[in-house]
Amino acid sequence: MNTRNIEILVGAFVVMAIVAMVMLSLKVSNLASYGGDTDSYEIQAQFENIGGLKERSPVSAGGVRVGKVSAIQYNNEEFTAVVTMQIEGGYQFPIDTAASILTAGLLGEQYIGLDPGGDEEVLAEGGEIDITQSALVLEQVIGQFLYSKAQEE
Amino acid sequence: MNIGDKLQAIGKVTLNRFERVGRGSLFLWQILLSLPYLIQRPFLLVRQLYYVGVQTLLIILVAGLFVGMVLALQAYIVLVDFGAEDSISLMVSLSILRELGPVFTGLLFAGRAGSALTAEIGLMKSTEQLSGMEMMAVNPMQYIIAPRFLAGVIAVPLLTSIFMAVAIMGGYFVATEMLGIYEGVFWSQMQVNVDFYADLMNGMIKSLVFGIVVVWIAVFEGYDCMPTSEGLGQATTRTVVHGSLAVLGLDFILTALMFSV
Repeated sequence: MNTRNIEILVGAFVVMAIVAMVMLSLKVSNLASYGGDTDSYEIQAQFENIGGLKERSPVSAGGVRVGKVSAIQYNNEEFTAVVTMQIEGGYQFPIDTAASILTAGLLGEQYIGLDPGGDEEVLAEGGEIDITQSALVLEQVIGQFLYSKAQEE
Repeated sequence: MNIGDKLQAIGKVTLNRFERVGRGSLFLWQILLSLPYLIQRPFLLVRQLYYVGVQTLLIILVAGLFVGMVLALQAYIVLVDFGAEDSISLMVSLSILRELGPVFTGLLFAGRAGSALTAEIGLMKSTEQLSGMEMMAVNPMQYIIAPRFLAGVIAVPLLTSIFMAVAIMGGYFVATEMLGIYEGVFWSQMQVNVDFYADLMNGMIKSLVFGIVVVWIAVFEGYDCMPTSEGLGQATTRTVVHGSLAVLGLDFILTALMFSV
């Protein structure tokens, strides 16, 4: 086989690999969401118990994904978990928005659901959500249920 | 046979093994020193890329397609019991990106291209073409070994990315057409949970390591083989066996380093 044909085939091979790589990066992995980081802003919320929430867990409002959890720390003075959320720049929420930790499905992963309030002022970079609701911990719920049953009798 | 003879036999085998490892390491060092020569002669590299890359493409495409399809079918059987069949795309994509893509490509490459490299170089040595080149003041390290090594190291990550893409397309086809998963659910589950750096890039790093090791074993076995027809056969077998074992062993070590908590 002559050199030209070999070079054409090798060129096609390399182009194919690059196309595969681009498809994997954009369509399969979350690289596309890294690009939007530039015009996003961060807000914080304090929870008594975050359950199984992890970094990179989704933040959604009305079921639509609007951001992700970027950091989780423990505040040792107030004994609460401080969750930092990265919200995409296009979305804005009133300052009296409520945040609660919800579970997708019965045993699914946990995410933060935002419930917008009615204030006209909106949350900006570094803003804090005051109204929060902790994760539902199954053991505690069962414990409370048994306790109330025992009191009835 | 007294105890001294037995100890001597064990010592001899051990020393031979270590000597071989040492020769292999020196050989790799020589290859690395010869690589700059390829800048002047890129056509040597392109020709080898054709032999180890383009000619391995077919088996990679077919294997990738079927691995992806089978994985989707099997994952569905387990997940549907828990009502979690929407997670099928996550299971398929993570197993492909983290493990099966790099490992399968490494194994197939050792069998398809590694054995061919060993046989080719071994036959050149047996028929004294390599010493003939040295006579003509052509360095076989620069002219024969280095282009084959570099072509293999470049080809394996490229083949791996093609394998991954084709396998996920195979899984997509089975999940949406045969099992009735919604197309949007399939892609969104994947995009939300697959991380570019943690999953995709670690898989590509794995494939680069496998490429270097498999091609190193292949060219060394060819260069170091006994110059007889029997020795050539043994060297080719060793390439496939040692290459595959190295891929599987290194995969465990790399997984433990990358993904263990």
